[in-house]
Amino acid sequence: MTTSDQHIDELMDQYPPKPEYLIGLLQDIQDQQGYISYGAMLLASEHTKVPLSQAYSVATFYQSFRLDPPGEHEIKVCLGTACHLNGGQQLVDGLSRKLQIEPGETTDDMMFTLSTVNCVGACAIAPVAVVDENYHAGATMQKLEREMRKVIDLSSDKIMGEPNA
Amino acid sequence: MHNQSSALQQGPCRLESLDDLNKFREQLERNIDPDHPEIVVCHGTGCLASGGEAVSNAIQATLDASGIKAKVIPGIKTTGCQGFCSRGPLVLIRPQGIFYQRVKPKDVGEIIEKTIVQGEIINRLLYKDPQTGEKIIHEEEIPFYKYQDRKVLHNIGKIDPTNLYDSIMAGGYQALAKALTTMTPEQVVQEVELSGLRGRGGAGFPAGRKWRSALLAIEKKGRPVYVVVNGDEGDPGAFMDRTIMEGDPHAVLEGLILGAYALGATEGFLYVRAEYPLAIKHLGIAMEQARAHGLLGKNILNSGFSFDVRINRGAGAFVCGESTALFTSIEGKPGNPKPKYVRSVEEGLWGRPTVLNNVETWANIPLIIDKGGDWYKKIGVSHSTGTKVFSLVGKVNNVGLVEVPMGLPLSDIVEKIGGGVPGGAPFKAVQTGGPSGGCIPYSLKDTAVDFDSLTEAGSMMGSGAMIVMDDTDCVVDLARYFLRFLEEESCGKCMPCRFGLSRMREILDGFSEGRGTQADIDDLISLSKAIQDGALCALGSSAPNPVLTTIRYFKEEYLAHLEDQNCPAGVCKALITFQIDPEACNGCTSCARKCPVGCISGGKKEPHTISADECIKCGICKESCKFDAVRII
Repeated sequence: MTTSDQHIDELMDQYPPKPEYLIGLLQDIQDQQGYISYGAMLLASEHTKVPLSQAYSVATFYQSFRLDPPGEHEIKVCLGTACHLNGGQQLVDGLSRKLQIEPGETTDDMMFTLSTVNCVGACAIAPVAVVDENYHAGATMQKLEREMRKVIDLSSDKIMGEPNA
Repeated sequence: MHNQSSALQQGPCRLESLDDLNKFREQLERNIDPDHPEIVVCHGTGCLASGGEAVSNAIQATLDASGIKAKVIPGIKTTGCQGFCSRGPLVLIRPQGIFYQRVKPKDVGEIIEKTIVQGEIINRLLYKDPQTGEKIIHEEEIPFYKYQDRKVLHNIGKIDPTNLYDSIMAGGYQALAKALTTMTPEQVVQEVELSGLRGRGGAGFPAGRKWRSALLAIEKKGRPVYVVVNGDEGDPGAFMDRTIMEGDPHAVLEGLILGAYALGATEGFLYVRAEYPLAIKHLGIAMEQARAHGLLGKNILNSGFSFDVRINRGAGAFVCGESTALFTSIEGKPGNPKPKYVRSVEEGLWGRPTVLNNVETWANIPLIIDKGGDWYKKIGVSHSTGTKVFSLVGKVNNVGLVEVPMGLPLSDIVEKIGGGVPGGAPFKAVQTGGPSGGCIPYSLKDTAVDFDSLTEAGSMMGSGAMIVMDDTDCVVDLARYFLRFLEEESCGKCMPCRFGLSRMREILDGFSEGRGTQADIDDLISLSKAIQDGALCALGSSAPNPVLTTIRYFKEEYLAHLEDQNCPAGVCKALITFQIDPEACNGCTSCARKCPVGCISGGKKEPHTISADECIKCGICKESCKFDAVRII
């Protein structure tokens, strides 16, 4: 048994073995491991007595579940109405171009995952981008590029590609 | 807070009756000096995003450091969202009620030195009324607050939401104790019926009638019956429910327990969006505190009535705000809606009678039980009683959360409370009701904001998002935005929603790219009718509203897209070009350096030009120009 399986075991102990606890268990697994691996899904489906195919159906129905490992840092751009009106989509396009990935994807070096969110409810400070749980009010491409350089400097000495530099 | 901890030690752990609760509250109040200075820092999501936590940390650090010359050391309290999000981080000094806005950690030393120690007001941190230019000292004098009627939000911004004693001192659990000791379950239902309260989640179904139907279902099918809080606030642009759950979680809980008592439920569920981690945390803390004090769990207040509740986190599916989808999600399955041949009050969660109400609806219940249905129905207008909380966002000066009596004219909310559109122009439209609602044009600015008047105008109350648009917002783009949102969020179970929405979105894509035809407008209308009639749940049947209202009120803007190949608001990318005004450009080269495709040319200190063929219209040049020389044509 691997360490991550042991961790999952501990999480499973908190849930009675009933189908209604599948979603909560998958959420806890994702919180702990960043995503739901095939092995984790198998354990969760056995524990809650939900057939694997149906557990997979649950995990793919809900947007918040991730079946692939995420990058080291996550950039979430809010696309709520207020953010849309204030240029949220331009931010997604700009980041997509900069990182050369589509929303939902992770850069090859596993440094950044780009995602979008329907609304974080911080409409007063639109457009909002959330970098690793830190909210950025009135986000612009310039501010976000600065922030990306900062998190890279903090986490490693890798240098972000600067296509136009 | 430091005063209350001593009360906690002396106070009873489990409260056994109304009398106990009253005595406990009096004891808490005796330990509090109302004149004791207190620094209140807003910790709503908006203020936290603009640095509220750094401010409260700086205050704590300054107070902890020795050498403060104040006679009394002020208390510090962090609260839920005070509503005025665009002015955050907000700091309130009590007891004087001095309101400081946009406070930075570097201001903290001065606030303590001048305001707390010497009683001086720091002019620079005061709110300036954009209309009069006048600086305003006290919270209640600021127009944003002055014209509101805060009933449900009354405690939010005053109490620490993680402190049960704060809640009790603000009247929390009074209504529950009153009901359990002096009212029968039937009387509780009657009071809610009398109040005229209508569900705040969108459709506006009378809450009392829903409860009554559940009682009839119980007569037929017996118990168990479930009570459920719908905290899956998925409407983009709406954050009322989040604010209530974060800022006054005990009010939601108390409302739910009252509902459970009225219906004889022993088990309840709080279904909360996973995107609201703070709301989940605060509700969890509130539940633990309530259980520890005998306000939740077995034998509540020694009345013999037992009820407990569990939190279910949503997992990012908008459709789960729909009742039948929400129930299947609680059951652990994909949130697909079911046809409603039988209503959910009869056959809801696990096929049992179930009462599902929205967060704000539940939070109204303690008010109604405490003060009476008769009192409640005097607020608002006859068919829409009480107040409603709105999130006022978009192109408006005072962005934030507002609570007003039902029936107020739309213009009062946008102009008096919201301070109008920045720059002073009249608003173009107000979008209410989120993706299921519609756009109300300026010509209908006097529309009363209540359930029926908004529906008459082709929109709906929805959960309370109010998005103000100005001339730079394109209605075609907005309709397309909502359709794309719903297309992605559609569960795909029924045909009209699965294919119909995609087709409508494709037609709107055509408009935004200048390919629309007159026949397309007719197609949009007939598709809308088909979806309204045929969709399985409200997600689909209300989806055409944003398209229908924008065609109804802004047809000329659609026509401009197709006849003149022009987006009057300058939003639709295919119909606009970016140009640099040579008069305004001083050749600083900033835009040329930042352009991701290198399509801007020009020497230093010479006007620059954009090559329209290569431009990808990303807008970075406009964003980076300090001289406002980039124009959208």
